Amino acid sequence: MDFQTLVFFFLSAILIVASLRVITARNPVHAALHLILAFFTCGGIWALLQAEFLAIAIILVYVGAVMVLFLFVVMMLDINLDRIRQGFWSYLPLGAMLGILMVMEMGLVLGSKYFQVPAADALMPAGVSNTKSIGALMFTDFVYPFELASIILLVGMIAAIVLTHRGPKKSKYTNPNQQVFVKAKDRVRVLQMPVEKD
Amino acid sequence: MFDNFVVPDLLPAAPELFLAFMALVILMIDLTVKDRRRTLTFALTQLTLVGCAVIQLGTSTGDVVYTFSNMFVDDLMADLLKLFLYMTVIMVLFYSRAYILDREVMNKGEYYVLALFATLGMMVMISANNFVTIYLGLELLSLSLYAMVAMNRESVTSTEAAMKYFVLGALASGLLLYGMSMIYGATGSLEITGIAERLYGGGVNKSVLTFGLVFLVAGLAFKLGVVPFHMWIPDVYHGAPTSVTLFIGSAPKLAAFAIVMRLLVNGLITMAQDWQAMLVILSVLSMAIGNLAAIAQTNLKRMLAYSAISHMGFMLLGITTGVVGGDARFALNAYSSAMFYVVAYVLMSAGTFGMILLMARAGFEADNLDDFKGLNKRSPWFAGIMMMLMFSMAGVPFFIGFFAKFAVLQAVVAAGYMWLAIVAVLFSLIGAFYYLRVVKLMYFDAPLDESPLTAALDMRILISANGLAVALLGIFPQVIMSLCAYALLRSL
Repeated sequence: MDFQTLVFFFLSAILIVASLRVITARNPVHAALHLILAFFTCGGIWALLQAEFLAIAIILVYVGAVMVLFLFVVMMLDINLDRIRQGFWSYLPLGAMLGILMVMEMGLVLGSKYFQVPAADALMPAGVSNTKSIGALMFTDFVYPFELASIILLVGMIAAIVLTHRGPKKSKYTNPNQQVFVKAKDRVRVLQMPVEKD
Repeated sequence: MFDNFVVPDLLPAAPELFLAFMALVILMIDLTVKDRRRTLTFALTQLTLVGCAVIQLGTSTGDVVYTFSNMFVDDLMADLLKLFLYMTVIMVLFYSRAYILDREVMNKGEYYVLALFATLGMMVMISANNFVTIYLGLELLSLSLYAMVAMNRESVTSTEAAMKYFVLGALASGLLLYGMSMIYGATGSLEITGIAERLYGGGVNKSVLTFGLVFLVAGLAFKLGVVPFHMWIPDVYHGAPTSVTLFIGSAPKLAAFAIVMRLLVNGLITMAQDWQAMLVILSVLSMAIGNLAAIAQTNLKRMLAYSAISHMGFMLLGITTGVVGGDARFALNAYSSAMFYVVAYVLMSAGTFGMILLMARAGFEADNLDDFKGLNKRSPWFAGIMMMLMFSMAGVPFFIGFFAKFAVLQAVVAAGYMWLAIVAVLFSLIGAFYYLRVVKLMYFDAPLDESPLTAALDMRILISANGLAVALLGIFPQVIMSLCAYALLRSL
């Protein structure tokens, strides 16, 4: 067993354990932290496959941004896990059966000879940086989808603002200038009322 | 690296570029608009759409042109569909104006900007020649629509509808992407014309391709809203603000038709045997469940949602009969009948939802069947317009809806699927019941509310024009029919 295979198995083991902990951990913060570990290990496996751009992207984007935000949300919301877990065991047999069935069906198709790409074909030739090629492609052949993606992000931003923005808050504040210049007649109003006779 | 890169020809995509630019400009200008009615934003939006139509007409060559490294295709089918699209969106925005002015939470400039971005998404879908652009166009459309549905955030039903739409839309996108990735795996190409070439060449693993095709068809069915992937349609149509329902129920059908044509007909025509069989099942189920469930509805928007399901099922009939036993002789006839059906449906559906908007006032939605009781006593003219729209939807002769159904049926019969034509006619007859019920309510029942209609003049004129178009195009259906046939002849 060469060194690369050893590293692969090492990372895979961590990945599998971390992923399992994501769905089994009782504490949502632990689950989120294990998800971070899973993403990080995933990045390692990608780096092993010479896809260094994806490896960096997953660590920067998912670990750095998405998961930190996720942790904030988890910590801010008081999630009652026991209520979510209610009925888990009664749904498990049916869910597990459907899941296994689907895995088997897909396995039959995907396990066919067609998908067994030899490892040698999947490797990049030496001396090619895939960060550089992705960058070059993005601004040449893929410039149209790239710009569209930016518009989609803009729409996401507009949507978030439209749905949550509630206009400027009219908070109460005092203006010392007006306080100084105030006159008695601004505050007290003398009313002329007919005298009531009984 | 990439020294041989040529700057893409921007001319075929000029309408898209103009729309994207103007949407950004309007977004900025709207910040300075003080006017509560936002007339400037509204006018600029409409002018942008008119401008797009002018550019489209000016740049159309009638030939099939590829640009942006073959990711974008401009052919006559795309030109025609986009022109119908601009027209529909212009109509939709006119109809929506009074409705959103009456409702404070929706009266924002972003409403128009999101509508423009949704239109851009649809244009991208119509002109897509690559899986990536199809998907991005679809997401751009869907994201804008989710936000528009949720904009009425004080209403619980609208929020619920937006949530359902979002979750099911994400699921559908997932299915579509999974199918696309499988087909990419089998053919090694993301480009639709490239895939077609690979498949002609042979030597492609059939089982992987079929596996991908199943997911692809399921994803498309979700977006078209045909049974059994229709669950979101009634809830979204019902829960969304009526002006947004009008938008969702009209223009996106054109784009959905376009991506079905691009993916299945342009890309996977050699797999026609497989996907036609799937579409027949979807189509028959949609006509059955759509028409039967519509009878039980008391809410007009919900009824029209089930009606949309049955109409989309009917439209799919046209696409299923293009290739018979490997013989593509009937393809042009079949696909142009489906295209005609979509255009006719969009016209009718825009008019019908427009009628609901015409009746609605501040604080009153007019979306129950009972609200249309005795409309004839309140406004004989608009009762007449609504009657024409309902007759056309039901497929009563000499309205455009009849010729749309007729065109599809003759394509089905020409392809030799007699039983399919009989099933379609039977379910259309069942469907006629609930359309005619609306007519009965308008003419033979006493009104619940005697007040006259208060809609603005421009809205009255447009709705009348829409209703009359349904009748007039029923007398001269060849106008649109021959346009569709010619566009497809030059594009396929």
